Amino acid sequence: MADKKDTIPAPLTDEQRRKVLLGMAAAPALMVPGVSFANAQFPTAKVNTTKLAVTDTEVIVGQLHSATGTMAISETGSIQAEQLAIDQINAMGGILGRKIKVIKEDGASDWPTFAEKSKKLLVNDKVACVFGCWTSASRKAVLPVFEKENGLLYYPTFYEGLEQSKNVIYTGQEATQQIIWGLDWASKEKKAKTYFLIGSDYIWPRTSMKIARKHIESVGKLGSVVGEEYYPLGHTNFNSLINKIKVAKPDCIFAAVVGGSNVAFYKQLKAAGITGVKQFLLTLSVTEDEMLGVGGENFAGFYSSMKYFQSLDNANNKAFVEAFKKAYGPKSVIGDVTQAGYLGPWLWKAAVEKAGSFDVDKVVAASPGIELKSAPEGYVKLHENHHLWSKARIAQGMPDGTFKVVAESGELIEPNPFPKGYQ
Amino acid sequence: MSFDEIYNIALMQGFAGLSLFSVLLLMGLGLAIIFGQMGVINMAHGEFMTIGAYTIFLFSSLTESYAPGLMQAYFPVAILAAFLIAFGFGWLTEWALIRHLYKRPLDTLLATWGLSLGMQQVFRSTFGPKEVSPTLPDWLMGSWSPSEGLDIPINGLFVLALTLLVTGGVLLALYKSRWGLRVRATVANRPMANATGINTKRTDRLTYAIGCGIAGVAGAAFTTIGSTGPTSGSLYIVDAFLVVTFGGAGSLLGTVASAFGIAQTQSIAEFFLTGSMAKVLTLLLIVTILMIRPQGLFASKIRR
Repeated sequence: MADKKDTIPAPLTDEQRRKVLLGMAAAPALMVPGVSFANAQFPTAKVNTTKLAVTDTEVIVGQLHSATGTMAISETGSIQAEQLAIDQINAMGGILGRKIKVIKEDGASDWPTFAEKSKKLLVNDKVACVFGCWTSASRKAVLPVFEKENGLLYYPTFYEGLEQSKNVIYTGQEATQQIIWGLDWASKEKKAKTYFLIGSDYIWPRTSMKIARKHIESVGKLGSVVGEEYYPLGHTNFNSLINKIKVAKPDCIFAAVVGGSNVAFYKQLKAAGITGVKQFLLTLSVTEDEMLGVGGENFAGFYSSMKYFQSLDNANNKAFVEAFKKAYGPKSVIGDVTQAGYLGPWLWKAAVEKAGSFDVDKVVAASPGIELKSAPEGYVKLHENHHLWSKARIAQGMPDGTFKVVAESGELIEPNPFPKGYQ
Repeated sequence: MSFDEIYNIALMQGFAGLSLFSVLLLMGLGLAIIFGQMGVINMAHGEFMTIGAYTIFLFSSLTESYAPGLMQAYFPVAILAAFLIAFGFGWLTEWALIRHLYKRPLDTLLATWGLSLGMQQVFRSTFGPKEVSPTLPDWLMGSWSPSEGLDIPINGLFVLALTLLVTGGVLLALYKSRWGLRVRATVANRPMANATGINTKRTDRLTYAIGCGIAGVAGAAFTTIGSTGPTSGSLYIVDAFLVVTFGGAGSLLGTVASAFGIAQTQSIAEFFLTGSMAKVLTLLLIVTILMIRPQGLFASKIRR
């Protein structure tokens, strides 16, 4: 909880400063003296008027990710990061004097299962909030349940935008915070005029590429798109595509290939002589997690557009990386979504303490304007549209599989899930 | 675009087709033996490939930590080990599961599917849910470029060579060896083969194990082009069955021809259309041909 003034970009007003103190720094200090004191101040009848699973000593939350199935590869990191944040909050005395207890449910990479389990968490278990989902498909599946039962979901993944719900807090970046800034950087720093867009064939890459094309051709006027290709999930043979790239000779390959395909894609690029030395490539879908499979030698020299990289050099991140590795082993890595998952419990804690209540409506009302100075990615703030103000970053892959940050947006970028001119 | 460039792209595109052909053939070969020759619908075929892939990963990690000097040499040894390990597991599986089901061929589908789910969970518990890729020796990476602008992937060449070697070996063994004779006799007429003194039980076990071993080699080879995860096998299984069924179950030459046909259609279509459309076109063609010729391209001549 180090108060690093130099990581805060904008000076805070006095009122904001007071809120931060109340929400973040002062609360744990107040709570240490004794649980009874806190509960006298926050009696259960007062902080829980909607029959949530909150008692004098504990509050129950849900966690809904795929621990099994094809998405387990990606979601494991989020599960671990959310648990780490909850453990740390509990070690500091919990929230409003109550320890957080987690009910873990497995969505099993199956979207109807996600919907069913979210109903179970909200209706049977009456959890105060849920940390979960990873793919857009699973989020879309649980969304009607959360809206009907008035639950609260913290969603960690960077995603395609075009969504905003009272019942969801999006802790990852939406399309404009990742794509547009990345493309502008490519155009300015790498002088890219021609772009080849490649994605896996489902909603996130298609929407992302649609926005990218609009930005390149009309809104940002960066140049032209010389190719746009989608491949089925799990596709492992990219040789024909690579030949097409060689014919088109783009200045920039802009890629959003996911899952196992990712690994095959970069291995075959390298085997076909397209390496970071000869070709500029910018991707939306390679984090430290994917790098484990892709292998540093295959991605070396290419660029990734994210808001967080494990190698970020600030005190918050150093503490976070150390705690994460202590909990999950020295070989574990932290990707962009893992970090966004870690923010969820902290944002919820700050909102609950600001509201002085666990009631979903009050927590939601208190959420806009919540600030986290302790975020590993640096200072973040929650916008009225339930997305985070955050920075965008570009990092270059190193042969040993780490990322070297080469560019960072100076200001926090305002989240805008419904960008004008991009529909 | 100059003539030279078009020439280079055409060469590389031709090789892309060949490379996909070798991948599909290697995938289908083990299954052609098990499904084609024995009639066992082996849904766990993909998992035996995954065993091979994880063997390479194990060898690469062990070599990296205990004998880094041997990094350039471990790969061939690891491929041999992948064959032996997959062979061993195949042997066990036949003994424990498959041999009880020869009279109920459709039940092998269910049993081996269950086996594949079980194996996936074992992989997940042992190696973790994240995809891994082994560190490859330097000579397997990068491209061979005989002239400016022409890059032939070395891993593609390697898989192609390995496929030719394995296919040649299998054809030779099946048509020129005692084991091959026994296999063909057992397939043609089990009671009669038994009566002439062939130990059909042993033949079955060996055949199944060899099929699994070849799957292991295929999985090992694919680590050079893709990644390995607990569910990698399920990515391959559809293509493998497609190749074998399209070629005509029971005909190894059919498998070769069908792998070649599918690969060329797919890669040429991919070059001129989009990736997803190429897949649609290829599958449509296969479905149409299978409607006209349900027995596949090459059917073995048998009296019905």
